[in-house]
Amino acid sequence: MTLAACSGAGGSGSSSDGDSKTITALMVGNPQMEDIAKLTADAFTKETGITVKFTILPENELRDKVTQDVATQGGQYDVVTIGAYEAPIWAKNGWLHELSSYADKDSGYDSADLLEPMVKSLSGEDGNLYAAPFYGESSFLMWNKELFAAKGITMPERPTWQQVAEFAKQLNDKRAGVAGICLRGLPGWGEVFAPLTTVVNTFGGTWFEKDWTPKVNSPEFTQATKFYVDLVRQYGEAGASQAGFTECLNTFGQGKAAMWYDATSAAGTLEDASASKVAGKVGYAYAPVNKTRSSGWLWAWAWAMPKTTKQADAAWQFISWATGKEYEKLVGEKLGWSRLPAGKRTSTYNLPEYKQSATAFADITLKAIEEADPTNPGLQPRPALGVQFVGIPEFADLGTKVSQEVASAIAGKTSVEKALADGQKLAETVAEKYRK
Amino acid sequence: MSSAATLEKAPVRPATKRAGPAASRRDRWSRRAPLLPALIFAIIVTQVPFLVTLYLSTLSWNALRPGSREFTGLSNYATVLSDGRLRAALLNTVVLTASAVIVSVLLGLGLAILLDRKFPGRGIVRTLLITPFLVMPMAAALLWKHAIYNPAYGLINGVLGGDTDWVSSYPMVAVVATLVWQWTPFMMLIILAGLQSQSLETLEAARVDGATGWQTFLHVTLPYLRPYLELSALLGSIYLVQTFDAVFTITQGGPGTATTNLPYEIYLTTFRKFEYGEAAAAGVVVVIGTIVVATFALRVISGLFKMEVSR
Repeated sequence: MTLAACSGAGGSGSSSDGDSKTITALMVGNPQMEDIAKLTADAFTKETGITVKFTILPENELRDKVTQDVATQGGQYDVVTIGAYEAPIWAKNGWLHELSSYADKDSGYDSADLLEPMVKSLSGEDGNLYAAPFYGESSFLMWNKELFAAKGITMPERPTWQQVAEFAKQLNDKRAGVAGICLRGLPGWGEVFAPLTTVVNTFGGTWFEKDWTPKVNSPEFTQATKFYVDLVRQYGEAGASQAGFTECLNTFGQGKAAMWYDATSAAGTLEDASASKVAGKVGYAYAPVNKTRSSGWLWAWAWAMPKTTKQADAAWQFISWATGKEYEKLVGEKLGWSRLPAGKRTSTYNLPEYKQSATAFADITLKAIEEADPTNPGLQPRPALGVQFVGIPEFADLGTKVSQEVASAIAGKTSVEKALADGQKLAETVAEKYRK
Repeated sequence: MSSAATLEKAPVRPATKRAGPAASRRDRWSRRAPLLPALIFAIIVTQVPFLVTLYLSTLSWNALRPGSREFTGLSNYATVLSDGRLRAALLNTVVLTASAVIVSVLLGLGLAILLDRKFPGRGIVRTLLITPFLVMPMAAALLWKHAIYNPAYGLINGVLGGDTDWVSSYPMVAVVATLVWQWTPFMMLIILAGLQSQSLETLEAARVDGATGWQTFLHVTLPYLRPYLELSALLGSIYLVQTFDAVFTITQGGPGTATTNLPYEIYLTTFRKFEYGEAAAAGVVVVIGTIVVATFALRVISGLFKMEVSR
C-alpha cells in the first residue's frame, strides 16, 4: 500500500528502501511494446528500483502462452498484455487482480481521464477495471488521395459500403497493379473476422441473438459476408485469402491499393515517411456503414496482473507508469510524438505536440473510439460484450473455424452459403452450452 | 560406415554371452551401473510426458472453464474418431506425407545418380544441393510464402508473369513443393551413400556381359538400392507426418481446411478451443499411427544391417 502511494511519475523516494525488486512481464511484439521495453530501464527502474524482465512474442504465440500460463495458474508472469476480448472473460474466471482499487488509491493516475469505451471493454461484470489500457484503436477507411484525385472522386466523411464498392470498382486497375481496396482475408478470428464482423453488424447481422439463437446463416449475415467476399474477389488485392493486417499495411503503404479498411493504429506507420510511400497522401474516413450510424470496431491492448502474482504492488507501479500520462510524454520526447501509445486517454488528444504530428488522423481516431459501443454494436441486443468479436471463451475457436471457410470462399473454393451453413452448425454447439 | 560398426560389434556380443553365466551378479551390475542414470533419464524424458498425455486424454478439461476438469473415460477418443474435421485432417496428412515423400525420393534418386559420376565442381554442387535441408523449417516456409508464392512480388509470377495466387489456387501442391524442396537433399544423401557403396566389379561384369546402361540400372543398381530407397521413404514419412511449420506459415491450414493436417488440427484444438483432453486423445491416436509406421522403418533398417553383414 505504501508502494502504491509513490507510484507513477511523482514517486522518487521508493528506491531508497534499498529493496530491489524484479517483476516479469509478457507482452505482444507490437511497435508500442518494443518502445516500452527500450524505455523502462532508464526511466522506470531508475525511479523505483524495480527491474522489469520482458518477454516479447508475436500476437498469436502470445495468446497461446498467456492463456495457458494464466489458465493453468502457472504463475510465471507478474504482468501480461491482454486484449479487450480476454479481459472480461478472464475476470469472470477469477484469473485477474481487479485494478480499480489500485487506480483509486493512486493520486496521479487519473482514471477519469481514460476513455469510456476502453474502461467498459476492460471491466468485469462487477464494474471493476481488470486491465489497464496501454493503447486503444477503432477501425476506419484509409484512402489514397492521389489515386482519388486522378479519377476525380471525392470521399465523403462517412461513406456507405455501397459507395465504397462503387469507388473500388472505378479505382481498380489491374494493369497498373493497383487494387481498388485492400481487405483482410487471412483465416483467424482476429484477422478476417475483425473487419468482417463490423460489416455484418452494420448490415444488421449478428453471431448470436440476445437469447443465444445463432444467426450465422441468417440473410443479413449472409448478405454481409457475400458483399465482403465479392468486393475483395472483384476489386481486392491479389492473394487476398492469405492477406492479413501486415500484408495490407504493406500493399497500401506501397501505393498498391486505393483504399484500406482496417485499424486506426495503422495510421502511425502509414504517416511515417521512412516506412511508407504514401505518407502525407492518405485521407481518413469513418468506418463505412450500411444500416447503422457507425461501425468501427474497438480494441485495446492492456496490462493485467494474473492472480498468481506475488508482487502485486510492484506490478501495479509498473502498470500505472506504463499507462499514465507521463509515459506518453516520455515517448513523445524520446522517440517522436506520432509514436505514443494513443487511443486510451482524453488528455492525449489535448497534447499540442501530438495534435501537430497526428493532425491527419488523431481526431477521427478519437471519435471512432468514442462512437464504438461494445455492448450494442448492431441492430439487435447482444448476449455478450464485443464489437468485432463475441466475448465468450468459445469464440476464438468458432471464429477461427468459420474464418477458414470464409477464406476458402475468398479463394473461390467454396460458396459463402456453404461456409456459413457449416458456421451455423458450429455456433449451435456453442449456443447449447449457454441456453441451459 | 555402418558395416564397419557392425563388424566391430560382432565379436563383442559372443564375448559377453560367454561371460554371462560365469560372471557374478555384482560384476554385471557394476558394468551396468554407470549406464543407469542415463537410462532413467531417458525413461523420464520420453515416457512421463506420454503417460501424462494418456492421463489427460481421459479428462474432459477445457482450460478456459475453471473447475471443468473431470474424468470421462474414453469419450474423448470417441469424439476424436467420430469428428469429421479430424477425419479430413487425417486424409490431408496422408496425402501430404505420401506425395511429399514419393516426389522427394524420386527427385533424390535422380540427383543422386547425377552426383554419383565424377565431374569438375562436384563438391560445390553437392554442398549447394544439401543446403535446403539445413534451412530451418520455419525460415524455409516463410521464404516460400513470401519470396516465391506471393502473387504480387513472388518469384514464380515474376518469371512466368500473370497474377495467379498459387497458395489459394493450389494449396496442397504449394505445401508439398516446399516440403519436397526441403527433403529431397535428405533422400539424395541416403541414396547417394547406397550408390557409392555399389561394387564396381558387378557393374563391370554387367558391362562385359553386354548390358546397356539402362538395363544395368534397372536390373542391377535398382534392386541393390531398394533398401536405401525404403529407408529414405520411411524416415521421411516419420518426419513428414509431423509437418507443422509449413502448414502454419504458408496456408494456416486453408483455404478452408484444404491443408489442415493432424498436427495443425491438434494445435487448433489445444490453442483455440483449449480442449486439452480432446487434444491429448488426438495426439495419442497420432502417436499410435506413427508407431505403426516406425515399426516398419525399424524392420527395414535391421534388414539393411543383415544384408551388410551377409556380404
